[in-house]
Amino acid sequence: MKFGVVILPGSNCDYDAYQIIKTIMKEEVGFLWHQDKDLNGCDCVILPGGFSYGDYLRTGAIARFAPIMQEIFNFAEKGGLVIGICNGFQILLEAGLLPGAMLRNSSLRFVCKWVHIKVEQENTPFTNNCQRFQVLKIPVAHTDGNYFISEEGLKKLKENNQIVFHYCSPQGEIDPVYNPNGALENIAGICNLKRNVLGMMPHPERVGEKILGSEDGKHIFSSIVNFVKGKAN
Amino acid sequence: MSKEKKSYQATVYVRLKEGVLDPQGTTIKRALGDMGYNGVEEIRSGKFFEVSFLSANRKEALKLVNEISDKLLANPVIEDFKVEI
Repeated sequence: MKFGVVILPGSNCDYDAYQIIKTIMKEEVGFLWHQDKDLNGCDCVILPGGFSYGDYLRTGAIARFAPIMQEIFNFAEKGGLVIGICNGFQILLEAGLLPGAMLRNSSLRFVCKWVHIKVEQENTPFTNNCQRFQVLKIPVAHTDGNYFISEEGLKKLKENNQIVFHYCSPQGEIDPVYNPNGALENIAGICNLKRNVLGMMPHPERVGEKILGSEDGKHIFSSIVNFVKGKAN
Repeated sequence: MSKEKKSYQATVYVRLKEGVLDPQGTTIKRALGDMGYNGVEEIRSGKFFEVSFLSANRKEALKLVNEISDKLLANPVIEDFKVEI
């Protein structure tokens, strides 16, 4: 299968994503330039972390209008897999491919640390290689990760099982103490209704090797590979 | 009637919607308390944009600024905006 990593002006996790897929997952991967109007036959598009367009106006607000985004809209509409990590998640929210919005962290500080997240949904293309309620150790690094959605919006997310990850303790306890940014109800990642678009604040692409402190990021990418190769539904 | 376009200047005020948490406003309020201004009940932060452009008439101008505010300058999920020309 083939992954495509989007490079926007200010992306800085693009090579991390490229690296884990090429050398750890040993799958085909290429870069997609923001001015491109073609996804080069990718099976999964990765919107990486970073500070696209300097985070001007709002995080992800300008990136959402990059030429490559029109292709990504069409691709997602047809059921193509799109994963947005950190700034990528912010872009998906601004683009309306995922519901809600990001506010400044409640601490107003850039937060860069290890967190634990609980897999609430294992029946997605991005988590089928996880157990339900499995706890993953993955780092976060952001200033705007304070997820917000209206009350009705939150109700819909719950009804449709779209909340994929919650911030939690190493044992899986969900409590405000383990919330790094003030996100509503400890939400760390969500998917769309069709479950082919995922946004998450933690960085799975940074943790594919033991020497880096965790290998839990591999679960996300191996799930995608399983799904595309037809080993999971 | 002249078909020449006229120059317009608009100001767009963007603010967080009622009920949306404003971490910056809360922090500023706390700082004011530290400075001795204890009577401040609430601070809500926001931003404004000055937009200069050519348009056929005021109605068209207003339409354009509302459109760009809705599409880009504000995020309707969390923000309200007000246009003045």
